[in-house]
Amino acid sequence: MIELSPSLIAAIRGEGEKSYPDECCGFLLGSERAVKELVPVINAREDGERYHRFRIEPDEFMRTELAARKKKLDIVGFYHSHPDHPAAPSEYDREHALPCYSYIIVAVEKGRACKMTSWLLAESRSEFTEEKIV
Amino acid sequence: MAITILIPTALRAFTDGKAEVEAAGGTVGGVIADFAARYPDIRRHLYDENGALRSFINIYAGDTNIKSLNGLNTAVKDGDALMLVPAIAGGSRRC
Ligand SMILES: [Zn+2]
Repeated sequence: MIELSPSLIAAIRGEGEKSYPDECCGFLLGSERAVKELVPVINAREDGERYHRFRIEPDEFMRTELAARKKKLDIVGFYHSHPDHPAAPSEYDREHALPCYSYIIVAVEKGRACKMTSWLLAESRSEFTEEKIV
Repeated sequence: MAITILIPTALRAFTDGKAEVEAAGGTVGGVIADFAARYPDIRRHLYDENGALRSFINIYAGDTNIKSLNGLNTAVKDGDALMLVPAIAGGSRRC
């Protein structure tokens, strides 16, 4: 399970709607299993790819990691949107995921945020398991 | 020489939960090899079967990606900090 306040949930939904029809992405900062802050970032994929792909540049990760440590927080995961696609991880998501991080996905249908789910990669890397958002 | 390595959350399972560890060496490659020797479980996450650094792992010396320095041959000195930075990507449909 991962803890996410109603205002953080609303913020992720808002990011998904703002970037529609492209995917949004960003960091989840927190401690243990509780998210305290979002860091929205620019989707670094090229034009014409952002509707189904996202990438966070290493420079962005480095800066966010340092800033989080200053606040005694950790990067606990990432969020991204699935424009006109269900809130379930794709094979592409699984191939690029890392263990221990929470991957939050919000489905955005015709510009409106709908279902939101959170996923953890299994140690074997073979599958994602869904975790509860509380 | 003692170099600090900052460990991202995803790799702390292999460093006994530590967010930073120390390792020794005169170059980035030497420090990372010393680090991998101290925490052998992390080796397969850093290097591929051919012993090359995995493409999704970036190493920063201070706030600079070593790709824009001298790569693994970049010199380091006592008190420097390195950071392991994973590339983060995903998406929805296959195509
Ligand atoms: Zn996805």
